[in-house]
Amino acid sequence: MNSLAAILVRDMRLAVRVGGGAFMGALFFLIVITMTPFAVGPDLALLARIGPAILWLGALLASLLALDRLFATDHDDGSLDLLMMGDVSLELTVAAKALAHWLTTGLPLVVIAPLLGLMLNVDMHALGWLTLTLAAGTPALTFIGLIGAALSVALRRGGLLLAVLVLPLTVPVLIFGVAATNAAIAGPTPFGPAFTILCALSLASLVLGPIAATAALRHGLE
Amino acid sequence: MAVIDFANPTRFLRIVDRLMPWLIAATVVLFAIGLYRAMNAPDDYQQGATVKIMFLHVPAAWLGMFGWALMSVAALGTLVWRHPLADVSGKAAAPIGAAFTFICLVTGSLWGRPTWGTYWVWDARLTSMLVLLLLYLGVLALYWTAEEPGRGARAAAILSLVGAVNLPIIKFSVDWWNTLHQPASVFRIGGSTIDPTLLTPLLIMALAFTFLFVTLHLAAMRNEILRRRVRSMRLMQAQEVHA
Repeated sequence: MNSLAAILVRDMRLAVRVGGGAFMGALFFLIVITMTPFAVGPDLALLARIGPAILWLGALLASLLALDRLFATDHDDGSLDLLMMGDVSLELTVAAKALAHWLTTGLPLVVIAPLLGLMLNVDMHALGWLTLTLAAGTPALTFIGLIGAALSVALRRGGLLLAVLVLPLTVPVLIFGVAATNAAIAGPTPFGPAFTILCALSLASLVLGPIAATAALRHGLE
Repeated sequence: MAVIDFANPTRFLRIVDRLMPWLIAATVVLFAIGLYRAMNAPDDYQQGATVKIMFLHVPAAWLGMFGWALMSVAALGTLVWRHPLADVSGKAAAPIGAAFTFICLVTGSLWGRPTWGTYWVWDARLTSMLVLLLLYLGVLALYWTAEEPGRGARAAAILSLVGAVNLPIIKFSVDWWNTLHQPASVFRIGGSTIDPTLLTPLLIMALAFTFLFVTLHLAAMRNEILRRRVRSMRLMQAQEVHA
């Protein structure tokens, strides 16, 4: 447990210090949201209607941005090999790394989401629900992305390949995230079912992501 | 004959060479019968002659999904049993499955134009086939970027298994997403019961497509084995020149 905490703290320190790029995703998110009215026009009624969808799409793309840093930097400086040889099970190590990644790149997205929601004229009382769905859904994005990150580092290819592999797998998260948010804002369907399925997707990816990513690392780097 | 008997690529190639003419002949005969029966099938009273597109569309959809199932089994073979031909099989299945999925989408949209009045609608079934095609393209991209065949095969095997877990979830969530927006689906293909005059040619065509898939798959596996041999021969030659 201690070593896992050490990995968590180490990864978070690396992410927030110089060159870590922890808040780049949040900045990108802000820019995407700022660009949207330029594309669809400043009509506040329209923005309020498509706002939750734009926020979810922005969060999805922003969470992709930093994904290839998850293993690539560790692979470059050799610390990934040390982690793989350590006596802690690699699945847990990978999960700890992903958790640190979510805390430094996913959580900032969730935190600034209410502000961005205001900019898109999303209903005031719905901002809380929107933030809640993002908080429940972004871990799934990180842990599904984890598989793509492991595959691309195993093949020594990052960037675009990662996005191509990961995005189709995140379709359910996007659907249920937006569905839950829209249900909270406009109804008529209840908020509960979509939100619980979103939580289920997050929990399932919490288990499957590290297992698949570890398999990819073991088979790729052996 | 056990699966392990096929583990020797040379023996596998010999069996494939012996089977191939028969498979090709069976495929041609089945297509001839199936297409003839399909052409002579009566027109649908609502859809007219466009119903004939179904004879290409439905089998293509089945085999598009069959391709992923085959890749998942091959992925288990690669990762669990380390069967030497499993990764060849998975790699050979990916482009064929992608092609059948693509045929399914194209014939579907050609059918949709006269029937629904548009080439593309965001119907649940269409959308999940499109996501399947995207997943296939992801696997193909993985194969293209891998320098070493073995490494790429294992990465693709993991992605196939993740996709196999995810595909039912995607299918289910797309259904949910669609029913949220369009409660009463207009896009139901003429009721659920198909008349035997249409069903028999459809089943023959499905069998013909399956034979086509198997033939193409075995041929692609043979090509892949030969390609790998050429690659290792080149590497050996390069080493000799170097030494």
